[in-house]
Amino acid sequence: MVTTATLPPPGIVGLDPAWSRLVTAVDADGVERTWHVLDTEVAAGGTVLCVHGNPTWSYAFRAVLATPPAGWRVVAIDHLDMGYSERTGTHRPLARRIDDLGRLTAALGLTGPVVLLAHDWGGPIALGWALEHRDHLAGVVLTNTAVHQPEDAPAPGLIRSARLPAMLETVTVRTPTFLRGATALSRPQLPPAVRDAYAAPYASAERRAAIGGFVRDIPLEPDHPSAVVLDGIADRLGELAEVPALLLWGPKDPVFSDRYLHDLEARLPQADVHRVEGASHLTPEDADLAEALRRWIPARVSTGPTAVPTEPDAVPAEPDAGPAEPDAVPAAAADEPRTPLWAALAEPHRADTDAIVEPPAPGDELRRPRRWTFRELSGDVHALAAGLHAHGVQPGDRVACMVTPGRELAVLLYACWRLGAVVVVADAGLGPKGLSRALRSAAPGYLVGIPRALAAATALRWPGRRIAAGDPPAALRRSANVEVTLDQLIARGYRLIDRGPGPLAHGQELIAARRSPRATHEPDTVLPPPPAADAEAAIAFTSGSTGPAKGVVYRHRQLEAQRDALRRAYAIGDDDRLVAAFAPFALYGPALGITSMVPDMDVTAPASLTAAALADAVAATEATLVFASPAALTNVARTANELRGDQRTALAGVRTLMSAGAPVPAALLRRLAAVVPNAAAHTPYGMTECLPVADIDLTTIEAVGPGNGVCVGHPVPGVEVAISPLDANGAATGPLVREPGVTGEVCVAAPHVKDRYDRLAITELTSSRDPGWHRSGDVGHLDAHGRLWVEGRLAHLITSAAGPVTPVGIEQRVEAIEHVAMAAAVGVGPAGTEQVVVVVATDPAPGARQLAPLTLVDRVRAAVPEVDIAAVLVVPELPVDIRHQSKIDRARLSREAAEMLAGRGLDRRRRRGEASGADGTGDGTSASDGDGTSASDGDGVSVSDGDGDGGGS
Amino acid sequence: MKVLVTGASGLLGRGTALALASRGNEVTVLQRRPSGLAGTEAGAGPPIREVLGDIADAEVVRRAMTGQDGVVHLAARVGVVGTEEEFHRANVDGTLQVVAAARALHVPRLVHVSTPSVAHAGEPLVGAGADPADTVHTIGHYARSKARAEQLALGAADALGVVAIRPHLVWGPGDPQLVGRIVERARAGRLALIDDGAALIDTTYIDNAVDALVAALDHAEDDAVRGRAFVISNGQPRTVAELLARICRAAGLPAPHRRVPLPVAYAGGAAAERLWARLGRTDDPPMTSFLAEQLATAHWFDQREVRTALHWEPRVGLEEGFERLAAWFAAGAHA
Repeated sequence: MVTTATLPPPGIVGLDPAWSRLVTAVDADGVERTWHVLDTEVAAGGTVLCVHGNPTWSYAFRAVLATPPAGWRVVAIDHLDMGYSERTGTHRPLARRIDDLGRLTAALGLTGPVVLLAHDWGGPIALGWALEHRDHLAGVVLTNTAVHQPEDAPAPGLIRSARLPAMLETVTVRTPTFLRGATALSRPQLPPAVRDAYAAPYASAERRAAIGGFVRDIPLEPDHPSAVVLDGIADRLGELAEVPALLLWGPKDPVFSDRYLHDLEARLPQADVHRVEGASHLTPEDADLAEALRRWIPARVSTGPTAVPTEPDAVPAEPDAGPAEPDAVPAAAADEPRTPLWAALAEPHRADTDAIVEPPAPGDELRRPRRWTFRELSGDVHALAAGLHAHGVQPGDRVACMVTPGRELAVLLYACWRLGAVVVVADAGLGPKGLSRALRSAAPGYLVGIPRALAAATALRWPGRRIAAGDPPAALRRSANVEVTLDQLIARGYRLIDRGPGPLAHGQELIAARRSPRATHEPDTVLPPPPAADAEAAIAFTSGSTGPAKGVVYRHRQLEAQRDALRRAYAIGDDDRLVAAFAPFALYGPALGITSMVPDMDVTAPASLTAAALADAVAATEATLVFASPAALTNVARTANELRGDQRTALAGVRTLMSAGAPVPAALLRRLAAVVPNAAAHTPYGMTECLPVADIDLTTIEAVGPGNGVCVGHPVPGVEVAISPLDANGAATGPLVREPGVTGEVCVAAPHVKDRYDRLAITELTSSRDPGWHRSGDVGHLDAHGRLWVEGRLAHLITSAAGPVTPVGIEQRVEAIEHVAMAAAVGVGPAGTEQVVVVVATDPAPGARQLAPLTLVDRVRAAVPEVDIAAVLVVPELPVDIRHQSKIDRARLSREAAEMLAGRGLDRRRRRGEASGADGTGDGTSASDGDGTSASDGDGVSVSDGDGDGGGS
Repeated sequence: MKVLVTGASGLLGRGTALALASRGNEVTVLQRRPSGLAGTEAGAGPPIREVLGDIADAEVVRRAMTGQDGVVHLAARVGVVGTEEEFHRANVDGTLQVVAAARALHVPRLVHVSTPSVAHAGEPLVGAGADPADTVHTIGHYARSKARAEQLALGAADALGVVAIRPHLVWGPGDPQLVGRIVERARAGRLALIDDGAALIDTTYIDNAVDALVAALDHAEDDAVRGRAFVISNGQPRTVAELLARICRAAGLPAPHRRVPLPVAYAGGAAAERLWARLGRTDDPPMTSFLAEQLATAHWFDQREVRTALHWEPRVGLEEGFERLAAWFAAGAHA
């Protein structure tokens, strides 16, 4: 039965034969065993030790060997009885495999400190080794593995069925079902040559014996011999608290779901976490592990080699310490007295001022706006905080808030903030799929939803204990497993604070509780202490227009700074009142201590806002500030002729009109001047990760005139902007500068910049690689007056042979051509030698995508003389995002343009047949496409989503 | 510098001979029929010397090559009509003689003028590089014989500063190939687009191609050049529809509006080739299967490396090129 280790046969795709070596080590029985390992054998200061799971082999880590972190040796082992290592004919349970690994590493002579990289059941083995080799250990990277079966859930179905005695031998050993199944999970599918390579060492039942052995060794039963070993490892992970750790996860894994990630997060609280959206169980194929290690190890593993020069691409350059180096973040905020988000609610001087106004209730014939004073709001906030806490919500718990903007959402948000819970806000504009991704990634412990959200949560199995907003029907409460409603929690909270009336459940009793004279007494006695400034406060999601939406974590001090930045930028005082048709800003009214109202509209469809609805809201609040998205304002301008005289009078009281969320055309702002005649039209610029960054008003827009991109104005007070110049390949590799006219990635420093991306550690390392600065993913430049111009997204740069070309400046000039409604500039062809193609939607629209007539081509070229434009296409309409209706899907346009401009060949086989008929040859073997290590598309797989320099075509 | 230009009766050969002479080189031209260049005094150089004869004739080539410092070898049989032997003799044997003479006579530099079709067989080329010449998959006698010729030429890189330059679709005033045929067909009302004419195609304005060959001669012994093959073009790909329309416009003709689906054009081209062969015609048929596919698929190339290696940039942009073409038509020089 014993078959010695062998070298892999030649020709395995992606495997360099020079990596393979055989190593002999004596096992615990004193028997010499030969191992097959892959080893880069470079002289290095440290070693990445890769430990595979079942049923794979060291092949899984070939990409890490091919492109290792600079200065690191990479060793990937084949366990005994696995891969090309010796077939011992013995059963080797967990404890023995840990012992085996220790004996192997002793024989290998590992160099310097070790970073473990372990997948699947390699995880427990590697961690067992780690606990016994603390002196060598410099870091732990775990991917889709587990050390513990969470008590509240059954073991994965796939594993349980494979473990059935009747199935085990058949599935794992006698047939290659389990073996082949493991490499069939990836989407897009792995190339056949790669799947064959995974199966290559397991060609016979005899060679597959250990695959069954591994499955048999999974301790599903408490009395399983390996259970005590695994539990011991799980319980001792706290000993690794000082060791840098990275949990890199494929969330589509049907075996090791997010549940196991959360278990490991709890055991290794120091760990960085990165979920690779779209990746399944076989993360070594589905995610770019090599890239992740190249970014993570230099940033986190301090005991690594120091003398080895680093690759310029792999490691961000240190910001130049020259005079141009912008200052770091203003750090003063830490010492200043802090004003919590909820502080303004309870200030006595505004107790009887309206805090929240809502449009009239649907049945109200008198059309009276509904009003809540600050006293009422503050009472409800503290009551709900107490009620939530009594229901089990703890400081630090995540609460998804899927509630329409208005009073109820305001009460919920401020209650969560006072309690110390972390609100998770995901925009319905993400769509069901995007919301599912977002919520699974954030994994809230509680989900508060309006009926529609609760129904979706049930259908799509979103995580979180259910709390209902409003008063959902009984059937929905049952089907959605609603535990309690917000009103019930508020009533409970009042009762706790008051120690007042008995059980309350209904509206009237709630109102009674609110009116109770003791309602605002001493709520803090039943609440935990307020969260510290550094406590996490919110997770917001990016729009997802350039990849899967990213969760953005804010701490209290960052939200407080955001509130203060808004107050400063727009000189907001106690005399202001806000109408906000743009959700994020509606929420800040209470924090700013001013009356706020969301007009009568569907907030998920900004274009549903009419001029009359806006005017009614302004009249109801005597608003001085209006905030809306461009799509909403476009409709306001369109419906302005329906305004009555009194509505126009109300609108004349508005002093500032703010429009954000997407670029705002100056023409729209001008049209709105007739609607809000006394308002200064402002456009803040910013992103989910930092808002506001800059601001410009219509007067300035008109004064600066056209230029290369959109002028978004001066940074607002407290915000620093710098530019990271582009290299020839369009990567923003340059040190931060402020020289006018230099185009590069827009970088932002401010007290209200996000804390980090949520469970996207590698993306976070990329975005914050200049300490204190956030890389926005936008490309632009500063002008001589210090104003910022945005030229497009880094991901949308066109890398022409003449250098990087930014799209927005081209588009603006093309859109000035008669009959052009909208334009997009995209690249086609290989990176570095892309051709510029302009795609325009014309008015009147063409019936289908086609080449532009020569006259239009001439005009486009004349409008942009400095760029060589290869082709101009006309289309009926440009694809835009759902949320803003204005962010163009340039990636899709680029693909479509590339396809059209490639022309088409004839059927290959037919033509090839003729050719080979002519000369009697024909090779048949088309070169297999690469080594399969990186799914090129980048969508979610690339760990540097949005940053643009992580590759992807 | 003394330079031999073979095949100087064509647009590119003639332009190259004149460009070399005008910068003071002592130029000899070699081709079968008089080029009209004999005795021409261009710029600083002495009058151009002409040798007439067959490029596959060892004695003729030896005579022309004696005493030269460099050769620009353009002589070739082009088109689709002819037997494999005819193409082989002109293109393979001819190149063999040039390479053999260069070795024997220690002529240090050889610029072998090749064609992008030596490496490609109809698939779309999008920002492509210059793959090695391939005698197996290339289609047609011309491309295959040129592929073999390029292999022979580059095989001499051990002894010579040899470089293969593959200009892509050279055109300009007086060009009978691309411009001449398009205009002729457009005048006859028989010019049609294949599919929607959306394939992006690289072209090379004649002056830029001439400059590239001169630059290649000057840098043939550089490490970054010797033994290499480069595609050259204007680096400004355009759709087929636009190229045809601009050439027609320069000639004062309307742009083509008829469209033929690729399979129809391909089948028609194949039929025309068979008919021409049966009739024994020596001119090229109006459409060939190879041309049909060429006109329906993208062909454009990555120009970054060649520009650096040859220290060369196109001087004449497409727009200016079309203006010059229009001026030439307007002057009636083509009549």
